[in-house]
Amino acid sequence: MNISQALKMAFQSIAGNKMRAFLTMLGIIIGVAAVIIMVSLVQASTASITAQMESLGTNMMTVMLTGRNSSRNLSVADMQKLVDDNPNFFNSVAPSVSGSPTIKAGTVNASTSLIGTNQHYSEINNTPVESGRFITEADCTSRKKVVVIGKYIANKYFEGQDPAGQTLKVSGQVFTVVGVLTAKTTTMTEGSTDDRIIIPYTTAQRLLRNAEIRSYSFQATSSEVAEQASEKLEELLLKLLGSENAYRVMNQAEMLENVATMTGTMSMMLGGIAGISLIVGGIGIMNIMLVSVTERTREIGIRKAIGARRKSIMSQFLIESIVVSCIGGIIGIIIGIAGTYFIGKAVGIEAGASAMVMLLSAGVSVSIGIFFGWYPANKASKLNPIDALRFE
Amino acid sequence: MNALIRLENIYKIYKIGDNEVRALDGVSLSIAQNEFVSIVGPSGSGKSTLMNVIGCLDTPTSGEYYIEGTEVSKMRDDRLADIRNTKIGFIFQSYNLLGKLTVIENVELPLIYMGKPRSERHALARAAIERVGLADRENNRPNQLSGGQQQRVAIARALANRPPLILADEPTGALDSRTGAEIMQMLKDIHQSGNTIILITHEKEVAEHAQRIISIHDGKISSDSEVTHA
Ligand SMILES: Nc1ncnc2c1ncn2[C@@H]1O[C@H](COP(=O)(O)OP(=O)(O)OP(=O)(O)O)[C@@H](O)[C@H]1O
Ligand SMILES: [Mg+2]
Repeated sequence: MNISQALKMAFQSIAGNKMRAFLTMLGIIIGVAAVIIMVSLVQASTASITAQMESLGTNMMTVMLTGRNSSRNLSVADMQKLVDDNPNFFNSVAPSVSGSPTIKAGTVNASTSLIGTNQHYSEINNTPVESGRFITEADCTSRKKVVVIGKYIANKYFEGQDPAGQTLKVSGQVFTVVGVLTAKTTTMTEGSTDDRIIIPYTTAQRLLRNAEIRSYSFQATSSEVAEQASEKLEELLLKLLGSENAYRVMNQAEMLENVATMTGTMSMMLGGIAGISLIVGGIGIMNIMLVSVTERTREIGIRKAIGARRKSIMSQFLIESIVVSCIGGIIGIIIGIAGTYFIGKAVGIEAGASAMVMLLSAGVSVSIGIFFGWYPANKASKLNPIDALRFE
Repeated sequence: MNALIRLENIYKIYKIGDNEVRALDGVSLSIAQNEFVSIVGPSGSGKSTLMNVIGCLDTPTSGEYYIEGTEVSKMRDDRLADIRNTKIGFIFQSYNLLGKLTVIENVELPLIYMGKPRSERHALARAAIERVGLADRENNRPNQLSGGQQQRVAIARALANRPPLILADEPTGALDSRTGAEIMQMLKDIHQSGNTIILITHEKEVAEHAQRIISIHDGKISSDSEVTHA
């Protein structure tokens, strides 16, 4: 008996019991679709996070002062001195303090995120203004109550007007809007990076009741020296603070790596969970195939009586389970592609199912068919013809 | 004598707990090429057991069994499958057709297992179906046919591979007497065309269609005689 005969028999048997075949496939369909959707979405969000981080510029590094194991605290002036003393490594440094104050313009009230920084922040963190100006050095030295607002806030509070020169109440204090940041996202929704305000760090420290500045971003002179600059920075900070625990330096490359490992783990985990449902689907197939072998004992007996060898019976049942799981796999892949597209659209990431994942899950479904079909098929092939014929 | 099958001292013993059932209790017999033999006996005497051994569906507990001079009693599964496929055609009381296949697909099955290519398979299956007079029903399913027609499909399937030996276990058992007579006529025609036929029955009139009648009682052959046709 050849393969095309066995395939024909498999399709005949599946067509003869469509509902059951569908229910059998369901486990595989759900498993394959889940694997594809989860892995593709994680991959897509990784790609979008990476792209976002790369847009920040690769010659940026951040310093976090943890305050641990060190009695000394470094000031903005100390940091500026590091830059001034090492002009071949560093271009500039921008402090940053953050908070989440309530803002009010007219009668509209909302909370947003605030960053207090200096004139270098715009360039280091790649946040240019679209209109007006950014914070200046003079703003910082004289603690001016000026504010640069994100595009979302500009749209929401000052629609149809030029925000520059308007006033905005931040935590109850009156600030003058001097500029609007260029939009970072396309949707510009609430809570996005466009929903924020930037003020001079000196003003921010007072507004946030003497908040300490613990975060700085440095710009290396070029991306070629970024790695060395980051090492140099660690060396200088160690000398100043006396403990490796007192600070953390992160450069873009490292952060990208962190994101990659994090999302890698996540995709493995989610893929694993979805993979379990594939195994459950496989057990479903084995279950149904075993029932089917019992139900068709008489058929097996007849086939053996008229000359079917073990191998013929074996391949008939094995191919049937492979066909069932492959059809399930194909339906699962289609649903997976569609699901990835629609869910990706719903959560706002541009996601497409990758060919790798599709190939993988297709391979997995064939293997499941073979693996879980083997036992029932073997059982069928070993039936004694006379016992099988007598079976009621 | 040119024996097609030869059984020597065949025993088939079932053990159920301490009980021992001797379904075949030392059967020796020889059937020649192109004989038409009936096997008769009361219920439980071992007729079906004998037929299963002869048909290589079951292996005897002891004894030797030869088909065309080759010993088959010690053959393994797949070799026995080949023997059943090429040497023996079965006709069962309950037809034993596959309900999901059409008439022609049922008849093609033994040819598939024989490994015949598609075109040859079709031709042979069609010829067998024509021989039993069902050419116009070849695309029907068994449940769309009468009992007699289903038994004719089973006969066509038994003939498809052109095996020398046809085994029929109570082929008319489930049929009314008129249809039964038709089936018997068909078996006689098959015999005329050169096949060896072994027919199991408990009806005397049916048995008398044969040339030779073997009676068994309690697993033993009690008589073996030629039929004298009046
Ligand atoms: N699998 C089995 N296990 C135990 N005993 C069996 C088995 N098969 C048959 N027997 C016994 O063997 C004996 C012969 O059975 P068999 O089926 O050959 O009878 P038979 O002559 O065909 O009867 P009938 O005319 O009713 O079909 C019976 O006593 C039966 O109970
Ligand atoms: Mg019987």
